Amino acid sequence: MPNYGSSHMPESSSSSIHTSMIAPGVLGVKIIGRLDSLSTGSIWRETNLELDRTSPKQVIVDASEIEYCDGSGIGYLFELRRRLEKGGGELSIRGLHKEFQQLLDLFKPSEFEEPPEIKPESFGFFEKIGQSTGKICEEARALVEFVGETGTALLKALLNPKQVRWKDALLVAETAGVNALPVITLIGFLMGLIMAFQAAIPMRQFGAVIYVANLVGLSMVRELGPLMTAIVLAGRSGSAFAAELGTMKVNEEIDALVTMGLDPVKFLVVTRLLAAVIMTPLLTLFADLIGVLGGSIVLISLGYSLATYFRQIFSTVTYVDLLGGLFKSIVFGLLVAGIGCLRGLQTEIGASAVGESTTRAVVGGIVLIVAVDGIFSVVYYYLGI
Amino acid sequence: MNPVQDTIIGVEKITAGYKNTVVLQEVSFEIKRGEIFIILGESGSGKSTLLKLMIGLNKPLSGSILIEGQDIVSAEGDERLAILRKFGVMYQRGALFGSMTLLENVRLPLEEFTDLPPGAMDLIARMKLSLVGLKEFGGLLPAELSGGMQKRAAIARAMALDPRILFLDELSAGLDPVTSAELDHLVLSLAHNLGITFVIVTHELSSIYAIADRVIMLDKELKGILAIGSPRDLRDHSENKFVRRFFNRQGISDAPSEKFS
Ligand SMILES: Nc1ncnc2c1ncn2[C@@H]1O[C@H](COP(=O)(O)OP(=O)(O)O)[C@@H](O)[C@H]1O
Ligand SMILES: [Mg+2]
Repeated sequence: MPNYGSSHMPESSSSSIHTSMIAPGVLGVKIIGRLDSLSTGSIWRETNLELDRTSPKQVIVDASEIEYCDGSGIGYLFELRRRLEKGGGELSIRGLHKEFQQLLDLFKPSEFEEPPEIKPESFGFFEKIGQSTGKICEEARALVEFVGETGTALLKALLNPKQVRWKDALLVAETAGVNALPVITLIGFLMGLIMAFQAAIPMRQFGAVIYVANLVGLSMVRELGPLMTAIVLAGRSGSAFAAELGTMKVNEEIDALVTMGLDPVKFLVVTRLLAAVIMTPLLTLFADLIGVLGGSIVLISLGYSLATYFRQIFSTVTYVDLLGGLFKSIVFGLLVAGIGCLRGLQTEIGASAVGESTTRAVVGGIVLIVAVDGIFSVVYYYLGI
Repeated sequence: MNPVQDTIIGVEKITAGYKNTVVLQEVSFEIKRGEIFIILGESGSGKSTLLKLMIGLNKPLSGSILIEGQDIVSAEGDERLAILRKFGVMYQRGALFGSMTLLENVRLPLEEFTDLPPGAMDLIARMKLSLVGLKEFGGLLPAELSGGMQKRAAIARAMALDPRILFLDELSAGLDPVTSAELDHLVLSLAHNLGITFVIVTHELSSIYAIADRVIMLDKELKGILAIGSPRDLRDHSENKFVRRFFNRQGISDAPSEKFS
């Protein structure tokens, strides 16, 4: 008789197993007590040992004294049957209470044949190389396609500015540009200050402190201003673009645009690119200025006047330096916004997909910035800028 | 309104799938103008795949899908735009643009595709919202609405340019029975008053009996159509036992159809 609720004590000692060879090749197994998730483990192990030792042709389970049997117990009996039938043996279960028998009958051994359907994907060395190459090619193709599509859309937008959703672009310009001012201010100011301070100490020994102005002015305007702005943009806005478009993709909003006949690139990417192209040079200009101001603090504290400092800067930093830096920043802005949008649109299904896209957007953005900055350095060097 | 019995959507020998699986094999059927057509099937049987094919989001491996005689599979450019203009889609989760209010959501297609004066766009958008019973909620953001209201708003947006066909994905999924019944009523009244053809994915048997003219049942093993016909026909006369059993599930009375007309 099953005895529901008579023993609530979940101890493994509440069950036991007794085995004996009834006849040659026939193993008798008697189980007493509860076959539940706590007790089945030890019984399962003991049975396996016994089966390995005796390799019987037939097993007879006396189940009449099993008082409770849950999913694990059913699993145990099922595995016993499966194992025997696979080896051409036979299992008979006697006296199992009807309800447990019904549970057991729910599963057919044939449906649990090993190995499970899923093929383990193991590839050889060369296949792996091929796969990676394929992935890289695919990625490159997507990039080229995206650049082409975006370029066309941008060109069309410039030829026909009425079609651009300027309201959206302004909104992006505000969040990506105006709202970035505090952090740009902080970093730019500290950058100029620290650079001037570090340089002033050794340069004082040579009486060349005034040339700190040259150093700060040139490096801010030519390199650090554009670079820092672009990196802040990648962290603040590249990630935001990827997350926004990624969420829209996951929410089927992109699909909705497509079936409305609206091109997501034109509708979402162009506005963001335009905003980035307009805002990055402005932010860069601001960063240049703030950095130079930061440097002035050091020189003023060393006894130079602000006027001397700025005269020195204006005598070294030319418009070519300034415009070169600003042009660079436009390219950086395009790259950061572009990769953010691309990663957003590439988002796949699933809860972690948006996070992944965001990460890829930021990392990709920064790598691109650094790589392209290197190219710019070489080109500017040969152009004599 | 008396629906004219001509074909509005013709699916012809569609074979489609993903990277290394075929989901639909040589599937053909027709949808008549003005009918409420329901797509049924166990999960994974290809309902969403079929819907995405019909709205041109996915491309089949072979076959064609004619919408009012124009093939959406091969159409490009302006021809494709013209086909897209014939239908609206309500996505499973609504897919309302989260940064816009309901009114702006419904206005968007009008802004993009018409040269109506701004005031007229507002009025039309408000009229669409009132058709789905959301007249007072135009100023809210999608996140401020319940699931049922979001689906209504999505239907309003889908109707912005007065399409002849509406595709609704998972109409009653995730909704309580009362809301689901309200949506059924909305569909019936839109079909009745505006003569819109509906193609709907749903599992709600009560809703199927209440609104469906015809049902298509997809099957995973067959990679195609298990049964097609009116729900009552399938319940009483299908050769397939599983189909009869499905339509006979308990709790569905044989009460006369609540359909208008
Ligand atoms: N994007 C996809 N990539 C690969 N396989 C997919 C994709 N979408 C659906 N499938 C597969 O196609 C089959 C049909 O899916 P679907 O059309 O979504 O079914 P339903 O909507 O009826 O539940 C499933 O086996 C599913 O795994
Ligand atoms: Mg689906």
